Amino acid sequence: MTAGTYGGFFAVAGAVAWRQTYKYFRNPAFLAPALFPLFFFVAFAGGLTRVGSVPGFDYAAGYTAFQFVWALLQAVSMGGAFTGFSIAGDFENGFSRRLMLAASNRRGIVLGYVLASIARAVFTATLVTVLALVIGMRISGGYDLFGLIGLVLLANVAATLFGAGVAMLMRTQQAGPVIRTPIFLVLFLAPVFVPLSLLNGWLQTVASINPFTTMLDAARGFLAGQPENVLPAFGIGLALVVVFAGWALYALRRAEKAGS
Amino acid sequence: MGVFSTQVAALAARSVLKTARQPAVMVSALLFPMLFFAINANGLDAASRIPGFPTDSYLDFAFAFPLVQASLFGAITAGSDLARDIESGFFDRLSLTPMRPVALLLGMLFGVIALGLLQGVVFLIVGFLFGVDVKSGLAGMVVLVGLTILVALGFGAIGATLALRTGSVEAVESAFPLFFVAIFLSSINLPRDLIEADWFRFIATVNPISYLVEGIRSLVITGWDAQALALGFGCALGILTLALAAAGTSLRTRIAR
Repeated sequence: MTAGTYGGFFAVAGAVAWRQTYKYFRNPAFLAPALFPLFFFVAFAGGLTRVGSVPGFDYAAGYTAFQFVWALLQAVSMGGAFTGFSIAGDFENGFSRRLMLAASNRRGIVLGYVLASIARAVFTATLVTVLALVIGMRISGGYDLFGLIGLVLLANVAATLFGAGVAMLMRTQQAGPVIRTPIFLVLFLAPVFVPLSLLNGWLQTVASINPFTTMLDAARGFLAGQPENVLPAFGIGLALVVVFAGWALYALRRAEKAGS
Repeated sequence: MGVFSTQVAALAARSVLKTARQPAVMVSALLFPMLFFAINANGLDAASRIPGFPTDSYLDFAFAFPLVQASLFGAITAGSDLARDIESGFFDRLSLTPMRPVALLLGMLFGVIALGLLQGVVFLIVGFLFGVDVKSGLAGMVVLVGLTILVALGFGAIGATLALRTGSVEAVESAFPLFFVAIFLSSINLPRDLIEADWFRFIATVNPISYLVEGIRSLVITGWDAQALALGFGCALGILTLALAAAGTSLRTRIAR
């Protein structure tokens, strides 16, 4: 890429990111997707606290913190999925067609959606964190929290790129379940309520091979100030981002060829 | 058969067929509750080791979850269908015919009963295959399906009220999270006496869904518990009565427009 195309790439990304972020915060309905993780967090952390006293439950920061990390990763991942829905909507209402005609570098469109999704994730993550602190979550990790933030960002970007890819391939809002269901399954087929060692039956087998489990365990370790599996977790996160970036760019080319 | 019952029967058949012809709805109504059940039962199995937990099998304890959740899906489906009939003008055309609009409401509720019956039977079969042990036996299973249908009817009538008030599919579907929240803020995951957080225990105690859940659950883990069943059926009938009254009022208001 020349300097000019670099300029076009970032200009397009900036414009798309600004529009998406503006659209998100201007519409009161944006709060709805943010409410789901809040509600799951309240329901699980509030209703299941006693589960933290089960023999073998050894998470140092307590049950609320244990649930917080999952709720946080769920919030940002589903935020990525919702960005995918938004992209599908843009294709359906014809905005994307005009955007692709106007953009000097169309790959910037993908980056723009990712940046907007990060802005959205920051907002949702802040809501979940404030709520967790209000209901008494203890934070044991100091600088380790930057590790948690890093993993949260990777989860958000990976989910956004996955959702963007599906949305640009299908180019209809009917892509919703195709985006949402796999993300939902990956999130729930993990140690949501108790550590991996306390899971039972087929769920333990599935959770142990689910790459999200490694990210979740590492994120929980960061919050408790006892980092574990840091390299594998970041490795998985980065690999997901790279794979789904390729997926999103492939879908973008397919959308270009389809003329939409 | 009287004219009114013929009208109800025709609209009930339409309602059932409409649902049966939407594979996505059937899959959501049957698959998602079972999926959540499977995940919850295995994910929270360790909870059965908490001192005072009423059974040694979390699988049995969690069996009320898919039944109540399925009722919720049924309510949203029924409400959305009615809202779609309003959006598409079917409801208006119907009100120009001699057919009584209340027949549409009752027909829709028969659709809810059919879906609730299907869900109850399918979940019992799948639960049996998973290893759920219904302590109240065969008669208990019949009562369990009956209570599930009553719960589904209550939720269905709430869905109908929303549809009649708003006339919008989107509005009915956006109520889904509220129903979902109400289910989770109950004793669905742990018995109320084992909920540690006072505020959560309070919400679960005043939430009628806790009593629906506990009524269904008692048939599975205890056998015949008169108090739990009385509370379960009482709450289900109470919700149904209030929701039907609200739906009737909304129906009259919509016709008057």
